[in-house]
Amino acid sequence: MIKGLPDKRGKFGGFGGRFVPETVMPALLGLEKEYLKLRRDREFQTELRRWLRGYAGRPTTLYRADRLSKHYGRAAVYLKREDLLHTGAHKINNAIGQALLALRMGKTRAVAETGAGQHGVAAATACALFGLNCVVYMGEEDMERQRLNVFRMRMLGAEVRPVASGTGTLKDATSEAIRDWVANVRDTHYIIGTAAGPHPYPLLVRDFQSVIGRETKAQAAKEGLRISKVIACVGGGSNAIGMFFPFRNDRSIEKIGVEAGGRGLDKENAATINRGRPGFLHGSYSYLMQDGEGQVLPVYSLSAGLDYPGVGPEHAYYHEAGAARYMAVTDDEAIEAFKLLTRLEGIIPALESAHALASLETVMPGTAPGEAVIVCLSGRGDKDVEMVEKYLGGKR
Amino acid sequence: MMDKIARALTGKKGLIAYITAGFPDYAECERAVLTAVGAGADVIEIGLPFSDPLADGPVLQKASADALFAGATTEKTLRLANRLRQKTAAPLLIMSYINPIAAFGVDRFAAEAAAAGIDGLILPDVPEEEKDVAAGALEKRGLSLISFIAPTSGEERIAAICARARTGFIYCLARTGVTGAGGGFDQATENLVRTARQYAHLPIAIGFGIADAKTARQAAEYADAAIVGSALVENLRQGGHQAVGSFIRSLRRELDRCG
Ligand SMILES: Cc1ncc(COP(=O)(O)O)c(C=O)c1O
Repeated sequence: MIKGLPDKRGKFGGFGGRFVPETVMPALLGLEKEYLKLRRDREFQTELRRWLRGYAGRPTTLYRADRLSKHYGRAAVYLKREDLLHTGAHKINNAIGQALLALRMGKTRAVAETGAGQHGVAAATACALFGLNCVVYMGEEDMERQRLNVFRMRMLGAEVRPVASGTGTLKDATSEAIRDWVANVRDTHYIIGTAAGPHPYPLLVRDFQSVIGRETKAQAAKEGLRISKVIACVGGGSNAIGMFFPFRNDRSIEKIGVEAGGRGLDKENAATINRGRPGFLHGSYSYLMQDGEGQVLPVYSLSAGLDYPGVGPEHAYYHEAGAARYMAVTDDEAIEAFKLLTRLEGIIPALESAHALASLETVMPGTAPGEAVIVCLSGRGDKDVEMVEKYLGGKR
Repeated sequence: MMDKIARALTGKKGLIAYITAGFPDYAECERAVLTAVGAGADVIEIGLPFSDPLADGPVLQKASADALFAGATTEKTLRLANRLRQKTAAPLLIMSYINPIAAFGVDRFAAEAAAAGIDGLILPDVPEEEKDVAAGALEKRGLSLISFIAPTSGEERIAAICARARTGFIYCLARTGVTGAGGGFDQATENLVRTARQYAHLPIAIGFGIADAKTARQAAEYADAAIVGSALVENLRQGGHQAVGSFIRSLRRELDRCG
């Protein structure tokens, strides 16, 4: 049984915590206090629900993918359609929640980091909606591979600041967003895009994303489904924890997190739980891709949203507690799954979500008819078609 | 009784110099430290490079990355400390982030740092609430873990942090934001130091934003010591250890005038 975590110090077992400069400690303590209050505040929760329904497009459907199910010939595969949300991914659940939180705290400016650009777009959207100034940090390399989302953010009125330091990807964008926040903490809220970072971020992002699992649970109950597995991709882990958390005490349901295996687990990858060791990055203690000296290693995934050397602390805890299983699939496998879903179901998945789908190749043979396997389709793939086209071109 | 670090910052305005270990290489870095001490630095911070220095601005980020690229490691940095200890009595602190220390092993690091003659650690990503990841091991070896206060801290936190700090100095952040010479001081800094004074048993040093003799003097007007990092490392990058010497001398002269 997974207890009511995190504890008062923001720890999930030994993971998590608040490893940040003193400058932002008071802001984190303030955020925690305000959030714990709003968490129980009917009016706030009602307002949040209203935006999620009327604006973001909740509830999303739990779609039975018959042609995909038939392809595997075992359990029925259901897709939790987060790709149908406004802006095209689950990220909007969290962005709206945090923007409302920022307003309650009297902040006028928000900073965010982004990898694939989905969280950046979601944050820029929520800021446009609520009239907050928005600055999004994005690695130079990611700006190149996710150009469409850069345009979208700019259209929405956000300033996109390129980050050239380090590897020029999500890790460095996150560091820059935190540095900006440290400097401007008095009027600025940091809208982190995943269930990582210092406490209380892993908690509040998990709460805002748990709507995914809660809805799934209710929809499955209504249809009388016998769920055997829930599957989600894991970058920092927000869509996965949002799916897993409401099922945490359903022991008969296996939770499977799918990490980015990149070019292979013995080559370049971003499979943090599979290949990393516990360490400290971006304010929390969790699994980390690092060398023997404790230097953070460059990671690689074709999917910009999974190209991150850390992972949320709650996943580190689930892993150690055996509450979830974390596997990895390669770029090639994700691309195959991307093509398969597109052809069989007419749904173009985000490359991140395609990782979750790719796990079906190994998961489905162990299932039986009559069971339901749920895959979190965290986002749509419009942003990725150019990448995929290029990738396939290179392969031919 | 005052510890060695605190003693070095008492009786005159103190000067604390930060240099990234292994930048541009270990030999030049060693010369730079010894030159800084000779030119009037009272305490030395040796920066143990980390790939993701969250509290550092562009200058120290780059120095850290360059040092790592040139092959800096924790072992080599401890050996540097050991060599420095043979040649100078000035207090030596290691400034880094928790991950490289944890990867080395906190207990092992404390033991080897103490053996190398290190007097304390500065870990900007370890706030008061998380100190127990390292404090026990360091204390056992007689090493200080420096406490931070910031313009955002508020009196209650300042009081608690200062009251608990027993050795070394109080590291007072001159402004919100990262290390780097530009930007000057936060208006709240003077008040921050004044508040800290009421509760601290230790010297108070101001860092983040001290770029030259003028800002050093400004710091010394209300604090006991000035900490200089980015500006010094920039001098080292541009003009080698000789430039570090003349830079530190210019700060020393100004601080001695404040007395
Ligand atoms: C569609 C989609 N899914 C998943 C992710 C990975 O993030 P997380 O692990 O926080 O869900 C991203 C990140 O950009 C994304 O855009």
